[in-house]
Amino acid sequence: MIHIENLYKSFGKNKVLEGIDLSISEKGIFAILGPNGSGKTTLIKSILGMVIPDNGTISINGNSIKNKWNYRNEIDYLPQIANFPANLTVQELIKMIKDLRNLRGEDQQLIDLFKLSPFLNKKLSNLSGGTKQKVNLLLTLMFDSPLIILDEPTTGLDPIALLHLKKLILQEKAKGKTILITSHIMSFVEEMADQIVFLLEGKVYFKGDITALLTQTDEPNFEHAIANLLTKQNV
Amino acid sequence: MFKILKYSFFDLVRSRWSYVYLFFYLALGFVLLFLNNDLSKAVITLMNVIIILVPLIGTIFGVMYYYDSKEFTELLLAQPIKRADIFLGQYLGVAISLSLSLLIGLGLPFILYGLFQSTAIWDFVLLLVTGTFLTLIFTALAFNIALYNENKIKGFSYAILLWLFMAVIYDGLFLMSLILLEEYPLDTFSIGATLFNPIDLSRILILLKLDISALLGYTGAVFQKFFGTGLGFSMALSALVLWVVLPLLNIYRKSRKKDF
Repeated sequence: MIHIENLYKSFGKNKVLEGIDLSISEKGIFAILGPNGSGKTTLIKSILGMVIPDNGTISINGNSIKNKWNYRNEIDYLPQIANFPANLTVQELIKMIKDLRNLRGEDQQLIDLFKLSPFLNKKLSNLSGGTKQKVNLLLTLMFDSPLIILDEPTTGLDPIALLHLKKLILQEKAKGKTILITSHIMSFVEEMADQIVFLLEGKVYFKGDITALLTQTDEPNFEHAIANLLTKQNV
Repeated sequence: MFKILKYSFFDLVRSRWSYVYLFFYLALGFVLLFLNNDLSKAVITLMNVIIILVPLIGTIFGVMYYYDSKEFTELLLAQPIKRADIFLGQYLGVAISLSLSLLIGLGLPFILYGLFQSTAIWDFVLLLVTGTFLTLIFTALAFNIALYNENKIKGFSYAILLWLFMAVIYDGLFLMSLILLEEYPLDTFSIGATLFNPIDLSRILILLKLDISALLGYTGAVFQKFFGTGLGFSMALSALVLWVVLPLLNIYRKSRKKDF
């Protein structure tokens, strides 16, 4: 589905991606992990075409995405920091995104689930961080695209919303979708992810499932295995 | 692109500043007409205001809107929309709403005063056309500046500098070079230098149309000879169109390569 070859990107002197090779062909949930600044968001933004790589190719379903935009019809993306136009209401924003994508979108169900109806007529600038994140999730998950990319989906969510989110992600997985997630909450990743992609110093350092990770690092549990990978970086 | 244009436009129509701008022109139009009591004279005074103010508002509004709608832009970039459409749509949203403020704000008082019975109607139309051109030009230049500068403060400073250069400094340099080079024939030079500054170009066009170019002495005669002909006039118009098209092409080019 997603095929990335030899991807390079630097911002000024800061080299972020240094030859990423990654192929994601199966369905299921893929967690992209790595220390802060390891290029997770840059990688995701490159897939979305928001960041233009210096070198390398990205193809989705066999077609290179360079200078294309149509392929984004197949992607639902949850940005890391929920930045919305401040003077729109939640309702208007939902309507606008539906209009821009020319899709109907199943928003009512998600509004009920996240109990957003009291906020529908509020301006986005007046919402709390957690509520903004719920709106953010709603905007992402109301469409039915085969590829879902979630950048730190758990940020600011209360425990109940987090439970709903996990259920939603599993529902989407059951529909046979490919889901990419970045997160710093290891328990969340351990619970959800089928495959781990670990980025270190701009390269894919590890790709495989959790059992493989445990054997490779020789650690008893997932959190320690990740810590092991992170400390290796300092050796 | 039209969807983006629609949303940007409605966003701006709802903003307070568009109304401040509109009411300013309404007030200016009415006050000038009642003070001057004469349409043609009001047109001349108006020209001096428009030539300086429209570029200033265009640049400031352009940069401000770009930085203000950064979140909106990022949201749009992840949607299945062509990149260039996002920026061109936003540009047109700003440029059209500013132009409308200008056209309605000045048009209304002049029409109420009896513009259609007046002989000054074509002078006035030319004034509005150049005003609209200046809005399109300076908003496009502002978008260029904002696209190249992540830093808001820098972007604003460059925008103000650009305006200051075009509206004030350019004329100074132009005059100085005329004085320094007075021993040489400067016809082509001065016409060329005018084409390179949209503000000067608009001013000359209006002055010629108003038939007060005699005030400009020899230079006026040279300009009259050049711009008075069909060829000169169409060259001036083409120069204005180029001033819109070139910055727009650069917006298109730059927006394709930028990271967000």
